[in-house]
Amino acid sequence: MDVFKILGITAKALVVVLVLLSLSNLAILAERKVSSWIQGRVGPNRTALPIIGAIPFLGAGLTRLGLFQPLADGLKLLLKEDPVPDHVNKFYYFLAPVAAFIPAVTAITVLPFGEIVRNGTPRPIVLADLDIGILFIFAVASLGVYGVILAGWASNSKYPFLGGIRASAQMISYELALGLSILPVFMWTNAPGSQAGLNLFAVVQGQEHFWNVFWMPVSALLFLVAIFAETNRLPFDMAESESELVSGFSTEYGSFKFGLFFLAEYAHIVVGSGVFTVLFLGGWRLPFIASYYSGGMTGAVLSVLVFCAKTFLVVFLFMWVRWTLPRFRYDQIMKLGWTVMLPLSLLNIIGYALFLAVWDGI
Amino acid sequence: MAVKILKRRPLSLLEKTYLPQILIGLKITLRNLFRPSVTLQYPEERPDIPEGYRGVPTLVKDANGREKCVACQLCEFVCPPRAIRITSRELETGGEDAHIEKAPDEFEIDMLRCIYCGYCQEVCPEEAIWLQDVFSISGYSREAMVFDKEKLYQLGGTLPDNHFKWDRKKAEEEAAKRH
Repeated sequence: MDVFKILGITAKALVVVLVLLSLSNLAILAERKVSSWIQGRVGPNRTALPIIGAIPFLGAGLTRLGLFQPLADGLKLLLKEDPVPDHVNKFYYFLAPVAAFIPAVTAITVLPFGEIVRNGTPRPIVLADLDIGILFIFAVASLGVYGVILAGWASNSKYPFLGGIRASAQMISYELALGLSILPVFMWTNAPGSQAGLNLFAVVQGQEHFWNVFWMPVSALLFLVAIFAETNRLPFDMAESESELVSGFSTEYGSFKFGLFFLAEYAHIVVGSGVFTVLFLGGWRLPFIASYYSGGMTGAVLSVLVFCAKTFLVVFLFMWVRWTLPRFRYDQIMKLGWTVMLPLSLLNIIGYALFLAVWDGI
Repeated sequence: MAVKILKRRPLSLLEKTYLPQILIGLKITLRNLFRPSVTLQYPEERPDIPEGYRGVPTLVKDANGREKCVACQLCEFVCPPRAIRITSRELETGGEDAHIEKAPDEFEIDMLRCIYCGYCQEVCPEEAIWLQDVFSISGYSREAMVFDKEKLYQLGGTLPDNHFKWDRKKAEEEAAKRH
């Protein structure tokens, strides 16, 4: 491999990661805005940039939407004093935010977010078109919990410790349902004679006419609940549970290290929504319109835009649910995970296998 | 009293999944999402101050532009947190103010002590001290928060009432002299 190819790949990866981080920042802003609208408030609407904010109409509108707020927030987190408590284990204390952040942005590498037609064959727009796509995403995404556990343990203080323990227990209970819930999708994609494997692009191609969410609503629901738990979102935010554990695992963190945790959480949400879109909402496909992305670059851009729109709808669902439901109690979460989610996902697989057997019989 | 024990209705299968309830909750929050916000954009928008609001206490002048306060010190005595301090002087006989006997030399209200109870306004026989609708006063030091007479009149302004107490008193005095 020559140097230019490596440079090209690096540049592509940088662009994708930067876009992911900007989207995560936007998601943070969206969270603040959605929460305030649901609660009858207005949310951040004061931060203004000197020149852009002064454009008549447009600048005022952007300021009212709070679009400059993420900039101010990020700058604040960067410039704040960064105190390290005396009682922490320094090495792991510094390692934890990084360990939480890297998996969150790594998972995007195998997620296809558009398609481009070259020489008549559709190709995915993706950093790495792996055959084991979904497996890679699960493997990397579950590494994210190490950051939380490390933070809880290295902080050497009771609330972070409890948060870390809860996060690990929750991760173990919901990872099973998460993995099992999507098996029907791949059973459907890998019809006899197909070479799809665990490739995510093949999953999207398989939803050309009808989205998976209509075929397998139980799978979609189970997967959605499981990624809520996986990303530590309310009503499953056991790692943080700020009403009981101060701020959970990130209690002893401040300034930019906290910022990394925060960004990682939202990057997880964006990637998780992207995976949900790919698996169940037909990726960049719109229903009943077969292949309309044949128009080269315009088609590619259009497909990426459609994918982003769908992903952001799922992100909105995350926020909508967060500001609707109260937090589960810790034992209720465990009970739900082991006695409902796991058996239901097993039943779902069996039921779907029977359905496929009958379907193929016809 | 008879105790009536209500039997809880067992949840149906659908209710046990919580899903319909969650959907209802989502519907409620979605409705709230599109409601107008109740936020008052404070420095630009101000709340409506109701009649009789007890804001900052101020001194007022009468329709002739004379100070109404006669330094009787009732407000100073009644003030629960002792925020008011009055130094009075007796007015010279003769001249424009001849019929007025006393006036405040210094009239200070410590706004950091004031509790906005309005006793001073209630007790004042001359209706010289009034609580205004201003609720946000601020300063950079403790000294700046002790308002002197000039500041209090500046905040209070003139109260154009129809008592004309001193004019009537002057007229009465002059009428008595004539007899």
